[in-house]
Amino acid sequence: MEPSGTTLEQARAHPGAERPCRRYTVAPCGVELAVSEWGDEGDPPLLLAHGGFDFAGTFDVFAPMLARGGWRVVSWDQRGHGDSARAHLYSWEADLRDAAGVVESVGGGPMPFVGHSKGGRLITHLANSLPHRVSAVVNLDGLPSHRAMSDMPDHERTRRLRTEISAWLEHRRSLVGKERRPGTIDELAQRRRRMNPRMSDEWLRYLVTVGAERSADGWRWKVDPALRMGGFGPWQPQWSLLQLPGIAVPFLGVLGLEREEMGWGTRPDEVLAYLPPGARFEELDGVGHFVHIEQPRMVADLVLEFLS
Amino acid sequence: MTSPVELRHNRVKVVLHTLAAGPEITGGRAGTRPLLLLHGLGERTARHPPAHLRWPGPVFGLDFTGHGRSTVPVGGGYTSEVLVGDVDAALCHLDRPVTVLGRGLGAYVGLLAAAARPDAVHGTVLADGPGFAGGGVDPGSRSVIRPEIPSEGGSPDQYALMELSDDVRPPDYARTLAGFAVDGSGQDTPIWVAATVRPPWVEAILEVPGVASGTLQEGLDGYC
Repeated sequence: MEPSGTTLEQARAHPGAERPCRRYTVAPCGVELAVSEWGDEGDPPLLLAHGGFDFAGTFDVFAPMLARGGWRVVSWDQRGHGDSARAHLYSWEADLRDAAGVVESVGGGPMPFVGHSKGGRLITHLANSLPHRVSAVVNLDGLPSHRAMSDMPDHERTRRLRTEISAWLEHRRSLVGKERRPGTIDELAQRRRRMNPRMSDEWLRYLVTVGAERSADGWRWKVDPALRMGGFGPWQPQWSLLQLPGIAVPFLGVLGLEREEMGWGTRPDEVLAYLPPGARFEELDGVGHFVHIEQPRMVADLVLEFLS
Repeated sequence: MTSPVELRHNRVKVVLHTLAAGPEITGGRAGTRPLLLLHGLGERTARHPPAHLRWPGPVFGLDFTGHGRSTVPVGGGYTSEVLVGDVDAALCHLDRPVTVLGRGLGAYVGLLAAAARPDAVHGTVLADGPGFAGGGVDPGSRSVIRPEIPSEGGSPDQYALMELSDDVRPPDYARTLAGFAVDGSGQDTPIWVAATVRPPWVEAILEVPGVASGTLQEGLDGYC
């Protein structure tokens, strides 16, 4: 039965959205990664990394703007996201290694690394790990804060960790044979709203058409159900901030000041002390975590001007 | 010898070996507690229980992901935390409180499992072995390295050796988790350190009331 509500054609017709010019796969570590490129193949490459639970298609408005500024924009779906393969295991180190593999596959010399949220953390770490391959770093609201943790009493933090461990293990136990819940384009868009409360309905419906797949019983988000917000482990926000001071190439940090579910709620004063020498830092009033989606033109211009 | 059991942990198959049936299974006294052995980094479950151990009940051994007869994943992504999911699959299968004896990496994962499932882990003995220290107390200056994977793959997985030998183990994290194990357990001392080597995470958990130390056999005798 054809799902009711918004049709694929209606949802796909989002103003300014352009699918990539080129799509192919690489498997630097054995896990097949879907790579997307916008712009002329002969232009200088720019690496663009998406955030957690996103995918390269979330750049379908932002990336073409960078491409029209003279860049060959190369993005990829992280393992388990978008059109990349679902992996046996997921970890920060694995994502970092995959990213390094994508850089290697692009070839050539140093290039700008641009990343949003988790992708911002990723490319900041990558800039430290591959200093010979990076020419500039643009971190879009990917600067973690320890404020949420530091404001919390010790007993509450401990209670949350204990709860999180149990929830994580129950999630692991439930995974065998698990698939994402099917629905119509409108239903999936509404589910996505929990992560993207500031996004327009039109944009969320568009995301369904590129980030979900349709089968006989409806649409399902492609992201691996094994992936889950949170989880437990020793990671501390300071570990990411400590990657900043050692960056030797031009650095632009962009922070959306409106707090929302997927953001860190980072305050500028928490970041300033860690910025590398000569860094540029932009605070965007009235803009949430997804700075490049809420204000694509403004953020693209900022990035293009910085890289020029 | 009972055939190994294949357990599912998401897309990974982990293998649980029975090394000694114990009196419970052979018709002896009922209720003898099982002992679950967790091997060190790069090791696999041995064919027999260590000769120097005395344990009256059944003895099982789990091959971690990427080790022994368990699935070797594609492209790495190991953390000690994900291996807790392997142990959880074994705890679920055994379906009664067990004593855990972990060597090296298995000792650290055993501690995490005791913290995560204090109701299912009666006591945990931590012993020296490969992967005991981990990668230190903070991430340091790690670079991005891809191991050369032999075309035939194989066990132990090179990604496991690389990633889990570099696994960060902050003392305060280990201390908190040891506290969970103690708080959730009915035992006075549910964690027993039998290791000679004392990396910072071990020194930290030894500060927690309910974590004791001594010989390996003393630890096991207390958790029969």
